[in-house]
Formats: sequence, structure tokens, C-alpha cells
Amino acid sequence: METRELTCINCPLGCRISVTMEDGNIISVTGNTCKRGYLYACNEVRMPVRTVTTTIKVTGGEVDRVSCKTKEPVPKDKIFEVMEAINKASCKAPVAIGDVLIEDCAGTGVAIVATKAAGNV
Amino acid sequence: MKADIVIIGGGPAGLAAAVAAAKEDCSLDILILERDSELGGILNQCIHNGFGLHTFNEELTGPEYAARFEAQLDGLGIRYMLDTMVLDVASSSVTAVNSTEGVFTVDCSAVVLCMGCRERPRGALNIPGLRPAGVFTAGTAQRLVNIEGYMPGKEVVILGSGDIGLIMARRMTLEGAKVKAVCELMPYSGGLKRNIVQCLDDFDIPLLLSHTVVDIKGKERLTSVVIAEVDERSKPISGTEQEIACDTLLLSCGLIPENELSRSCGVKINPATNGPVVNESFETSIPGVFACGNVLHVHDLVDYVSEESGRAGRSAARYVKAKASSEGPVIAIRNGNGVRYTVPSFVRVNGLEDDLVIRFRAGNVYRDSYINVLMDGETKLHRRKPVITPGEMEQVILKKEDLASPPSEILIEITEI
Amino acid sequence: MDNSFDVIIIGAGVIGCAVARELSRYDCSCLVLEKDEDVCCGTSKANSGIVHAGYDAKPGTLKAKMNIRGNEMMTSLCEELDIPFKRIGSLVVCTDEANRDGIDDLYARGITNEVPDMKILSADEVREIEPNISDDVVCALYAPTAGVICPFRLNIALAECAEQNGVEFKFDSAVADIRRSGGKWIVVTAEDTYECSAVINAAGCHSDELHNLVSDRKLHITARRGDYMLLDRSLDGFVNHIIFPQPTAMGKGILVTPTVHGNTIVGPTAIDTGNKDEAPVTAEGLAKVSEGATRNVKGLPLKQVITGFSGLRAHEDGGEFILNEADGCDGFFDCVGIESPGLTACPAIGEYMANMVSGKLGLKLKETWNGICKDVVKPFELSAEERAELIKEQPEYGRIICRCETITEGEIIDSIRRPLGARSLDGVKRRTRVGMGRCQGGFCSPRVMDILSRELGVPLDSITKNGGDSKILIGRTKDEG
Repeated sequence: METRELTCINCPLGCRISVTMEDGNIISVTGNTCKRGYLYACNEVRMPVRTVTTTIKVTGGEVDRVSCKTKEPVPKDKIFEVMEAINKASCKAPVAIGDVLIEDCAGTGVAIVATKAAGNV
Repeated sequence: MKADIVIIGGGPAGLAAAVAAAKEDCSLDILILERDSELGGILNQCIHNGFGLHTFNEELTGPEYAARFEAQLDGLGIRYMLDTMVLDVASSSVTAVNSTEGVFTVDCSAVVLCMGCRERPRGALNIPGLRPAGVFTAGTAQRLVNIEGYMPGKEVVILGSGDIGLIMARRMTLEGAKVKAVCELMPYSGGLKRNIVQCLDDFDIPLLLSHTVVDIKGKERLTSVVIAEVDERSKPISGTEQEIACDTLLLSCGLIPENELSRSCGVKINPATNGPVVNESFETSIPGVFACGNVLHVHDLVDYVSEESGRAGRSAARYVKAKASSEGPVIAIRNGNGVRYTVPSFVRVNGLEDDLVIRFRAGNVYRDSYINVLMDGETKLHRRKPVITPGEMEQVILKKEDLASPPSEILIEITEI
Repeated sequence: MDNSFDVIIIGAGVIGCAVARELSRYDCSCLVLEKDEDVCCGTSKANSGIVHAGYDAKPGTLKAKMNIRGNEMMTSLCEELDIPFKRIGSLVVCTDEANRDGIDDLYARGITNEVPDMKILSADEVREIEPNISDDVVCALYAPTAGVICPFRLNIALAECAEQNGVEFKFDSAVADIRRSGGKWIVVTAEDTYECSAVINAAGCHSDELHNLVSDRKLHITARRGDYMLLDRSLDGFVNHIIFPQPTAMGKGILVTPTVHGNTIVGPTAIDTGNKDEAPVTAEGLAKVSEGATRNVKGLPLKQVITGFSGLRAHEDGGEFILNEADGCDGFFDCVGIESPGLTACPAIGEYMANMVSGKLGLKLKETWNGICKDVVKPFELSAEERAELIKEQPEYGRIICRCETITEGEIIDSIRRPLGARSLDGVKRRTRVGMGRCQGGFCSPRVMDILSRELGVPLDSITKNGGDSKILIGRTKDEG
């Protein structure tokens, strides 16, 4: 039996969660105050995931960088591959919030979407 | 120029106050004066996620969160002026300047102060050393990276573990910089625990508690900083110095509410928050002048700013309609053991909405403690908290009916088991 | 040869520029060489900004003479050059009955030096005009002719005025060698070689090195560091005069005074250092400043500090201003050892040196000379009507960039476009006060960088804090390189 102590990152409450595991199976999750916390804890001990937020190049716009994020969380160990793919990419203005800028980023199956609008010049 | 309500600042507080005021009374003429060239304030550069769970029940980035509010302005007939700097505030007029109107005065019935806060700069920290390029407040660096699209440096030390500093540790790392350490003067972090996990731990960035920067080197561009451990009186301990080569020092050492305008119009300031003293309606010591968001007290969470500002906006709308302030019983709110301040500072019973939210900060770290609410000495709430830290704002929510026979005083305190 | 001048002045601090302005009255070609990227980069940018009354210096010395004459000249100079200057008066405060004699001595010295209108005030009289003075006050020497000035504008205005009267300036030009050849002086920098009939050595802390290149009679300068704390403008009125302790051998001690712009400044320390190029603030220095300040002024809220800085004074071993032709060096003129009261003395030193040099070279006064020079237009110092008119014509004067000091885009553009204009963030700061307020540029520096980049036609990441390698950014995000 092993117990892992986690801090939930879902919301600013930052609940301290204990996950007890045996032979790779989760036996108990305690300390969470909501369902999201439970799911976070389960993910975190099996395959931790994170939402990546950054900026991406824009051409033909009133700005030349626009903020974006992974539409869903991606595996934590893919963060830098995701960043590299975003850094190489660029999109064309105009961009609206929610526009898909990269369909499948770095083979994660997760899209990159704009989080801010960028108008034409 | 005329408006019913002038809102000073179009950041998260100003937007929420404007929207709530307009929803309270759609006939009101509401004008937002914003000094920057776009609405949204600091949210525009906070491109990370974590916003909106309370307000919209989903996780948004800063720009997305701001856009949700901005999208409501037109429909509600809320006017705004950009690149407009307010110079002077009185209870029934606001004087501002911009490039199209020059200096102009808006006559109004109510004012909502939403100027936000600024970062404590290097100079106010008395850090010894030279003054090379490469020393930035974390927020300035955040603007340069996220809005301007430029890198301030590639080898970074961060002083202060405030949330912006933690967020920038991750941001600089994602953009290819090496963050060598985050030093925190206090024995505990000033930021949210979850930011330590996802911004530092995820990237193996060391957090050095009880450490500070004791020297800044480099004549033109920063070349290194010297850090040292500090004793319980925050004095550097001789012999613990270590030099870290870096080209960038980011400072995340506290936020200061921007109350120069408030002071100049005579609003009473609470020395514990550096923000105005307000009642349950977020009205300051000057009738018709309201305050909310980080100008009132520094928040960790924009959702709370929005909620509080909504309350301030509704209060301003009611004030314009009724003109009279609520008469009747007044309840003082006192800081008990471990409580640095509360917002609001006092409650007029007739001004209450259904819920009374009292927000406060602890003066120290408490483990396995209770938050107690006493009314005239009688315990009304006794809630266990595993951890309470100065870096995380606490709140208690009382129902209007709990105050039906109003006590003369509410005391908030923290007790250890 | 294009690089030939009648006079070369080395150093564009307040002394070099004061001499340049006075020499520009004469029909001669004059070049100022400056090692830094701008005027006002050494001692002139980091000092107390005080115009001293003149009771400190030993009677008969050049320090005494130049102080008195400089103080006299300051009012008209500041009118001509649009320099913020207020004669708020100074108090030398005695807090120990045993030291009362020192105040009498200082008064007597002031009388010998011909300082006008001094008075010795009783403790009650001091309290009357300075309510926050120490409870220990015994008496004070009051000198109404002392004042506070903007040291940046003083230096910049002297340079601008010299430039408009034909003096040339070259920056980023440290002098590497000076030698005599064919009856001329040859002045060598990394990029160029110049020749001239007269050299004026106004190189501040480095002036001994230049002197020693050419003269056998050696001089020696010690850089004496002074740490300061600058407090927020919200304290305006906490003190009303320049408040000094009684002087010691190391100088005038740690003063507390309002600045001409309404901040409160506290300092300086006096710490001899071997480093003439770097002036780091130290924890010990700041501790001394705090201690010194609170000795004479009670309850001074040092928590309101917005910045700390330090400067270097050029202290020559003899402790006297050296203003003459160097021994055995025909046409090589020294302005060496210009420590306090150098800022006060600068107009007098300019006049004194220009007389000496013009006599030596037989220079004639020009028929026309323009001694008037206006500062950057400040919309918030204009009348409402004038301001409205200005913003109508130039809307950028209605766009506030620096919130704390209420500085507009128009002022920043002017500071860059004017002759000898700003090329760095610090250059804009010294000319407009942008970023000098309580947020210390946190909000406005990215915007000032944008304006500099646009006006100078250079990429944003080439903008520097103060020239050289002080670039603020290292490149773009998402950059492959």
C-alpha cells in the first residue's frame, strides 16, 4: 500500500487530497471537496494532465501574437512538445475566441484554440 | 458631460460593477473610464487558466473571462471611453483627460472606484546592489511576454512567491527560459498552493522559503544576484549567501491598491488593506462613492472580485435611484485573533442583500484551526480549516435572517485546536 | 581635418555642459565628448539636487567663491533655461547643546563668505517652520538663499543651450588617450582621433586619470559614494526646508528635504570606494540613511520609499576645486575635484573656465547668442485654455502614459525628437519624469519602449535602459533562433 498526498489544482481552494493505492489500483481518495477533485486525484496518480496556455504567432493582424490554450488538458509529459508545435505554428488574422488554430497538437489529439480575438490590420 | 454612474477603471472590477448596475436598473446611464487602450485590465495579460469556476462554472483564461463581461456592455447600453485617465474625483463629478476631449468633467450621481492595484517596485523593497536592466516586476514581464510578445531574459530568478511570480515562473519556462529559483522572504508562500504545484513543482523549480536577494550585480544588464537565508526577523544570515548567475530578476513582492484618487477626494482608508473603508454595500466614507476589486483589498481570485463588484454596482444603482443611504441599525465587524482585516468594515442592516459575505485575511499561517464568528460574544459559526495562510483570502457567509435581531458587533477570529 | 576643434570638453555632466554653454558665447568650434550615451549620466544624475547657500566652504577657497557666485546666478539661469528651482531655504540643525558653538562658527563663516540673510533660529522658531523637527533641536542656522533644483533639467538644459549655439556633442566616446603634437592636443577615442587647441577636463571621477595622462604633477580622486532614499510625493509638506545635521570632515551629512518636484529625499552617506564606475546601494548605506534621517526629523515615514539610489562624488585629495591650466600643459584646463557644492557652482565654474579659455585662445564674443531654452512642454503646468488648445492641435498631449507623474505621450515624443534627445528609457525619464513615480515604471515602461522604438525607427528589443549593453529585452517569443 502506498499513499500519495496531492494538492488539487482545479480551483483556488487547493484541497489537500490523499490517494491510497495498492498494486496500481486506487483504494481510496480522501480530502477532496468536490467531484472534480476526485477526478483530478485519480488522473494525477495514473496519468497527470495539464491545460497549456500560451501565445501563438498571428500574421496580417493588428497584433502579431494572440493568446491560446489546449482545448482539453494534455498529458503533463507532453507539455514541451505541445509548446514546440505551437511555437512553430502561426495563424492568420482575424481570429475569434474559440477558433481552432491547430487541430491536433503534437499528436495529443487535442486542439489549440484562441483565447482572445485578433482583428485585421 | 453627464452620467448617472461613472465607473473608474474597466478591468474585472469595473466591468462587473457596470454590468450589475445596468441589470439592476436598465434606465441608468453608466460610463466606464479606462486608462488603457482596451477594456479588461490585467485580465488581458493573464492568459493562464483558472478563472471563472465560480462565476461561469467553467475554467477560463483571463482574456476569455474579460470577454464574457465585455460582450454584455452593448446590450446593456453601457458606455465606455478608452485611453482616458481620471485626474480627479468628487462625489458628484469626475474629471478626466484623453486625446479627443482634452480635460473634461463628467457630472454624476454615483462613482465606483475600480482602479485596481500596482506592484511593489524594486525601489520600495530596499534591495541593495546596482541598477542594471533586467530587473522587472513580474506583472511588467507578464505584459512584455504575453501582450508584446518579447522575452525579457533567459535565466531567471524570482523574488517573492506572489501568484504573478509563480505564474511567470511557469510562463518563462514554457517560453524556453530557465527559472533557477523562487525566493520568498517569509517562511510561507504568498501565493496559492495550487500555483506552487502547477507552476513550480511541475517544472522542478525550487521554492526557497525564508530567502531574499541581498545583492544585484551587473553594470548594464543584470549578470547575477546574491541570495541569502533570513532569520525570523527577516534579516539575512551572514554566511548563507550564494550567487546565482542570471540575466533577469522578477519581483513578485506584493500589490498595493491604487488609492491616490480615493485619498485626494477624501475617502477614509483602512491602513490594513490600503483600500477604502466600506460598508455592506461597498460604499466608502463618502456617500455615493463606492469601491470594489483590488483597489479595495487585494484579491487572489478574480471570481471574488466580480462578485464583490457586482454588489458594489447594484448598490450604486440603488443609491442613484433612492438617493438616501440606509438608515437603521449598524453592526460593527471586529478583527479577532489572527484576523488582519475584514471587508466590509461594518454593516448597515437595512442595506443587506440575502447573503452577507465577509472576506478577510489571516496574519499568519494556522494549521488545524477554527474560524469563529461571534455575535455580541455568542459563537454563531465554528468552522474547521486544515490550513489558513495570509496568501489565501478567507470568507464567511451569513444569512440576512441570521441578523434579523441585529447584534451590535460581529467578531471574526481564528483559534487553534 | 573634420575632427579639428578649437576646444574639446571631456564630460557632458553638469560641469562640462556649463562650460560648453558659456563657451558657446564665443566664436569658436567646440566639441563635447561623453563616454556614456547621454548627458547627465555620472555624478550629475545622482545627487541631492541642492543649491547651497555657501556657508560651508572655507573662506577664500574656490569652493566658497564658486558656491556664492553659482547661487547668485541660479535664479536667472533657471529662468533662461526653464529649470525647476525653488529657494526653500536650508536649516543646519543643532540637537546637542554642546555643539551650539558649531552653529555660531558656521554663521561666522557664512558672513565671511558673504552669504545673504542668514539667521540663527531658536528651537521654538525652528519648530514653528518645521513641525516635524526632532524634539532635541537646540537651534539652527537658517539660510533662505538655499534651494532645490531639478539636477537633470539643469544638466540637460545647459547642453541643449550649448547645442543650439553651435557646440557639437559626441556620445559613447570615452577618451582613451590625450597627447601633445605639433602645438595641438590630440584626443583619441575608440572610434576617432580629434585635435584641438584647448582641452577642458570635466570628466568627474575620472578627471584625475585624464590629467595624469598629460601632467607630471599628479592628482588623485577618490570616488565617495552617497546612498539616498527617495520617498513618495504623498509626503509633500512633511518637511519644508533642506534640513542638514551639523557638518563633519566627510561632508554635510545626511539631509532631509523636499525635492523640487515634491518628493522627499533623504541622504547621502559618504563612503569612500575604490570603484569609480559602479555605485551600488548597500544595506549598510541604506541603514545609515534611515538612521541619519530620523535623527533630525521625527516620525519620517521611511516606508514610503519609492526608490533607493547612490551616486559618486569626485573627491580630490586636496579637498578643493581644481580649476586651472594643468602644470606644464599649455591649453589643458582642469575642472577636477568637483564634489559638493559642484551642482550649485556649475554656472560659476562655466563662466570662470570660459573666461580662462577664451583669454588663452583670444576668442571673440559672437554677435548673436541665444541663451534661452525651453523645457519639454508640460500640459499639466499650462492653463486650462492653453492645455485644451495644445491637445486639440496635438492629441498625444491628452494621452497619459505615466499615471503616477501624469506624463503624456506628447511629452515623451518631444523628449525624443528635441536636439540631443533621449535614446533610452532613462533618457526619457530624466527629460520627462516618466517612471519616476511610485510605481517606478512598472506600468509605463513597456509603453515608453514602444514610443522610443517607433520614434527612433528601431526594433523594440534594441531599446536600452541607459545605452551600451543595457538592453531591456532579449528577443521575441516563438523565435526559432
